[in-house]
Amino acid sequence: MKIQEADAKSLLVAQGLPVPGWEVVRTTAEARRAAERAFKAGAAMVVVKAQVLVGGRGKAGGVKVARDAEAAEAAAAAILGLEIKGIPVRKLLVGPAADIVREYYLGAILDRVTRRIVVMASAEGGVEIEEVARVNPAAIHRIGAHPHLGLLDWQARQLAFAVGLGGPHLRDFVKIARGLAATMLANDADLVEVNPLALIRETGPDGAIVERLACLDAKITLDDSALFRHPELERLRDLDEEDPVDREARDEGINFIKLDGSIGCMVNGAGLAMTTMDLVKRAGGEPANFLDIGGGARSDKVATAMRLILADPQVTAILVNLFGGITRGDEVARGLIEARAVQARDVPMVVRIVGTNAAEAAVLLEANHFATASSLDDAAAKAVAASAAAGPGR
Amino acid sequence: MSILVGRDTRLVVQGITGREGEFHSRAMLEYGTAVVAGVTPNKGGQRVLDERVPVFDTVADAVRETGANTSCIYVPAAGAPDAVLEAVAAGIATIFCITEGIPALDMLKVVEVVRAAGARLIGPNCPGATSPGRAKVGIIPGSVHREGTTGVVSRSGTLTYEAVQAMTDAGIGQSTCVGIGGDPIIGTTFLDVLKLFAADPETDSIVLIGEIGGSAEEEAAAWAAEHLRGVPMAAFIAGRTAPEGRRMGHAGAIISGGSGTAADKIAALEAAGIRVAASPTEIPAILRAAGYPT
Repeated sequence: MKIQEADAKSLLVAQGLPVPGWEVVRTTAEARRAAERAFKAGAAMVVVKAQVLVGGRGKAGGVKVARDAEAAEAAAAAILGLEIKGIPVRKLLVGPAADIVREYYLGAILDRVTRRIVVMASAEGGVEIEEVARVNPAAIHRIGAHPHLGLLDWQARQLAFAVGLGGPHLRDFVKIARGLAATMLANDADLVEVNPLALIRETGPDGAIVERLACLDAKITLDDSALFRHPELERLRDLDEEDPVDREARDEGINFIKLDGSIGCMVNGAGLAMTTMDLVKRAGGEPANFLDIGGGARSDKVATAMRLILADPQVTAILVNLFGGITRGDEVARGLIEARAVQARDVPMVVRIVGTNAAEAAVLLEANHFATASSLDDAAAKAVAASAAAGPGR
Repeated sequence: MSILVGRDTRLVVQGITGREGEFHSRAMLEYGTAVVAGVTPNKGGQRVLDERVPVFDTVADAVRETGANTSCIYVPAAGAPDAVLEAVAAGIATIFCITEGIPALDMLKVVEVVRAAGARLIGPNCPGATSPGRAKVGIIPGSVHREGTTGVVSRSGTLTYEAVQAMTDAGIGQSTCVGIGGDPIIGTTFLDVLKLFAADPETDSIVLIGEIGGSAEEEAAAWAAEHLRGVPMAAFIAGRTAPEGRRMGHAGAIISGGSGTAADKIAALEAAGIRVAASPTEIPAILRAAGYPT
């Protein structure tokens, strides 16, 4: 689960990491008041940032700095009118804009190959790390944290020296790097990224200029499988940005991802669901969705899956492909019959059920006049033909 | 011989009195697997599955009383990491964890302990393994198999059944079929299983079934290019049409930052001389073209 920047920053603060203050606002008037407070507290400039769960905010015009409260209000108005990668901006982060001396990258990820939490640091911060990895992979330094011990001091120091942060900022860097790994462990995160981690310049209370490290951005994704033990994190789910169809699927325990095609797919098992999509494409069609109904799917779940698929007006044919193991074929067939009786609109359906109780399923499908298919390739071809015959969706 | 499971397998089922545990234990017994014990805390002393299998309170008791050497875990996600660790502590050498939805950081810690103890963990979120005609451990339907000499390794569940069924229908039997699981952090990788197959005298050809996400297929391909020259191989990769940034059901099946795509994996496999089927039904023909005895 992705969470918003502001929420990610809160999780960093909870681990003692240095993050400049911020407020989250929803209107231009609120943005103005937040900016006024930041200026009053001594900020020379403020930053206004779109809070959306997609990347590329900066390039899309979703991040602006302002010299006064009026400019902040204008920036807020501009950003609140944006759609970034199809997501309308509803919330903004407003806070003091830092005087940046130098930007670094610091991130912690779950690495499947080494089966470690890998902490990565680079002196090339502020740009997309994927781009750095592509152009100059040697600029990214990595170290694996022990699953039971976390990131150790010497490991963090090694990273600090590698990115040129030895000297006066060594201790702070070590604290931040260890805090990143600790944030990951405390929240069951898959990814904790601070980009940029910046060396910023500030004027101290005595008027002297000081430089210190601060986390200026934060990105965290949480392990969905671990949310059961973090009820406080479940509340960070941004329902504004979640499609209602996705939400219904999640509540029903169905894995559903909407795509752009016209052939709805209902499959058990994630690998087989992807394969079914691939074969639809190979047969000349476009899949309308990924749908894994899960193991042991009972008839009510089949009905829900059918409703999710038909909610997409582009769907002009449905392909059902089930390999019974735990799932019993006759149960699915009964679910299909019930679902078709109550469904909102009638679209051609091709059904393939193999494995446990496939013979019983075949009898039921036959008696209820369902189009069936023997092989997966055959099923895909029939569904594509049915979709083509039905013409474009609404 | 076969790998991981076989005639020497003496199985203890952790969570045998649960719905899934009981259902699949029955299927394993019917297939001919030596299910020698079950474990459910506080149910020790009972007998289940028509009185055929004794239940113990702890894995240590089960090992001591029955000589169990392999475990299969159907314990729910919140308790499954502990179940794996209990099996390790009891000296079980081969542990299959069927449970899905285990937090990844738990597995990170568990895998560390499993490695240090020198045990082998398969999964989690895996369908298990079958050595046709000998034994099956897990949830793969026994009906899809046929005895033979081709090793199958897969990250998926039902897709494995589909591919194996296609092989069986085409007359290609399996030495062992292993599902390694669809999670990001798993105990046994593609490469680990390839090495086991390479060392198994009864396996003469290999089918590899992968999917998007991670780079395990690429690593396996690189190793195969060097060590499995002359071994007939075929592959299938699911997720050619999967969009980037979305988790496709399995926690491990996600294309992120442009890496882990089906195209990358297919290119790596083909570069290693392993042809990739466009549909599971094409696997038998590709295997035969690669030199599988007709």
